[in-house]
Amino acid sequence: MEHIPLNFPFLAAMLLVGISLYIIVFKRNLIKLVMGVAILSSAINLFLVSLGYRAGGVAPIYTDAPEGSMVLPVPQALTLTNIVIGVAVLALMLTLVIHIYRNTGDIDSHKSRILKG
Amino acid sequence: MSALSYEAYAVWVPIVWVAALVVIGVIVLAWRNRGQKSYKKGTAQTDIFLSGIKVPPEEQRHVKAENVYWGFFEALKGFYSVLMRPHTGVVNDYILWFVALVAVAILILVLGA
Amino acid sequence: MDYLVTHSPALIVALPLLAAFAIPLISRLGPRVRAVLCLAVLGLVAALVAILAVDVHAVGIRLYTFGATAPEMALPGGYMVPVRIMFEVDGMSIFMGIVITTVAVASLIYSLQFLNGQTGQARFYSLMMLLYVGMMGLAFTGDMFNMFVFLEIASIAGTGLAAYRTNMADAVEGGFKYIVISAVSALMVLLAIGILYAQYNVLSIAALAHYMQYTTLDMMALGLLAGAFVMKLAGVPLHMWAPDTYTVAPAGTTPMILAASYTSMYALYRITFTLYGGHIDTAAIGWIVIIVGVLSMFVGVMMAVHQTDIKRMMAYHAISQGGYMLLGVGVGLAVIADPVALANYGRDAMNGGIFHIINHVFYKAMLFMTAEAIFFRVGTRDTNKMGGLARNMKWTAIFYAIGALAISGIPPFNGFASKLLIYQTVLSFNPVLSVIAMFVSLVTLASFAKVFYSAFTGPEMPGYKEVREVPKSMLIGMGILAACIILFGIFPGLIVDTIVAPATEALINQAPYINAVMGAAP
Repeated sequence: MEHIPLNFPFLAAMLLVGISLYIIVFKRNLIKLVMGVAILSSAINLFLVSLGYRAGGVAPIYTDAPEGSMVLPVPQALTLTNIVIGVAVLALMLTLVIHIYRNTGDIDSHKSRILKG
Repeated sequence: MSALSYEAYAVWVPIVWVAALVVIGVIVLAWRNRGQKSYKKGTAQTDIFLSGIKVPPEEQRHVKAENVYWGFFEALKGFYSVLMRPHTGVVNDYILWFVALVAVAILILVLGA
Repeated sequence: MDYLVTHSPALIVALPLLAAFAIPLISRLGPRVRAVLCLAVLGLVAALVAILAVDVHAVGIRLYTFGATAPEMALPGGYMVPVRIMFEVDGMSIFMGIVITTVAVASLIYSLQFLNGQTGQARFYSLMMLLYVGMMGLAFTGDMFNMFVFLEIASIAGTGLAAYRTNMADAVEGGFKYIVISAVSALMVLLAIGILYAQYNVLSIAALAHYMQYTTLDMMALGLLAGAFVMKLAGVPLHMWAPDTYTVAPAGTTPMILAASYTSMYALYRITFTLYGGHIDTAAIGWIVIIVGVLSMFVGVMMAVHQTDIKRMMAYHAISQGGYMLLGVGVGLAVIADPVALANYGRDAMNGGIFHIINHVFYKAMLFMTAEAIFFRVGTRDTNKMGGLARNMKWTAIFYAIGALAISGIPPFNGFASKLLIYQTVLSFNPVLSVIAMFVSLVTLASFAKVFYSAFTGPEMPGYKEVREVPKSMLIGMGILAACIILFGIFPGLIVDTIVAPATEALINQAPYINAVMGAAP
């Protein structure tokens, strides 16, 4: 069980997580908030794909595979699943933002709020 | 299986309790049905007396939910103003609490080990 | 029969999933056909859950490995680690399965007439089946990644149901808040799964537990997972979404979303007890769970007594009652390393906490249904505008009273049975906690009495002379749960011994869960 080498893709992924959490926490526009969730999803995708990468590896397809190491297929499967789920979640969120706008005439998270306390 | 089975509680045998409740209920109902002999319907005896003030009609006499426990909330006003402050209902704040709690949890786990 | 038992874990998830996508098509044949299909599928699945429960309690953990020559074969020939997707059903999983299935059946029956005349019914039933699939998958999965997938299925379906009444501004807002917190917490779960996979190159929970080193990265993953699942189960201070979402969801679905929260609680227990069991500092983590539980109990109940919206009050009580479960299990976790204390009271504290899950889901589901029955007839959730409803809605009032007494821990209802276990055992652990628990029960009774008084008693209000009792299917839905409440209250020992004790045993003793998969590995 080797340790993960600390390198740029992981730093980039963590930076993206930080940026996206900043957006989700501090941006009051609901569309921007949804964009923050999208960036968070992409950041995690980047993290998963870089986990499976092996320097100089080829695609993990066994038919006519060239010599050498392959990148890990499982993280790619996870990423693919997360992309699909992410699309569904984003579509649902944007639909709800449209409905919020129709019902309250605002997409500011403070001004469109009805339920509190 | 469990060390404390319900039968170990001398005071709590559900069947006995249910039987006792039924018996008490029957006794109370029987007592109630004997009735009050001096009660006469439709006389001044049954009118509501409110210190001489005119009694409002029936619909307006119901105590609304916001007036129930008025004294309790009045006494705890300061507590509730503190309690209400984090309950903003803004979705950004929910995530802020989440991020803060995860950060604290990770700090506790990593520094505690 | 043997075939059915072997394949039941897969069928329990696959049948409702198929039904979910068949319902929009079947709906073209008319609402009656659709209702029959939904009932038939859930009935069949309930029977399968019962068969599986008997099998799990008699034989032990049941594995289902997808794509293997035999479903019990976790490790493919010549492999050291499990590579296939698998379901692993032990006492705790099947306990959650029983909870979820009962609530789903009651909710479905309740919804049949509740939805009459509404648009989009086909999609409503589809989403309901999908939510059921998400929860059952989460309870049965033996695989971290599928945990994430089922969590997301449940979140998306739950959001669709919470925001079902899109013409109401508050419903959309409640749904939006649910999907935001679900998406963020699920992505944090995925991040933690990535961290775990990076170190051990496996995804199976049993294999991860087998290889667990408890490095700094593992601690970070535990923090992320715990935070995410506490968010999903609405523990204070991450509870604020719960009143918003529970309040606006249509009646038949609020109990389902509530059950989804407790499925997240199951996931939290699975992670702390099975995945990290034996590595974490159990006394410290147990105290953290206890503190979250006590905070949830206290803040939840104090907020609840303040509310005037009937469903919002019940939602805050859901948070408060969640605290009891965390308290019971937290006490068990805190003393798990001490065999004497565990035998004296720790195991029973956990029994109480886990028993409270099933009790609470039943009575709170029924209370939400009565609240929505009022909304169905009166058109408001504001208790200030209610009064004298018991005159015309006798059954609803009776069911409300049963639920209110059960949640306040009044004998002979089921809430008392689990609360007595919790009080008694927590008293041996730390008397102060027990006193707080009793105080919270007192305030609970007070707040339910307030709503009963202002909504059901009093003179007939002028606007509500025409109010009638709700349709039969709604009464049957509530009646099923009321029957369970009384049954569980009168025979608590039986229920604890048959379904709760195996669940506790499964949490305390993680070795069978791991050996079922990794037993053959060196």
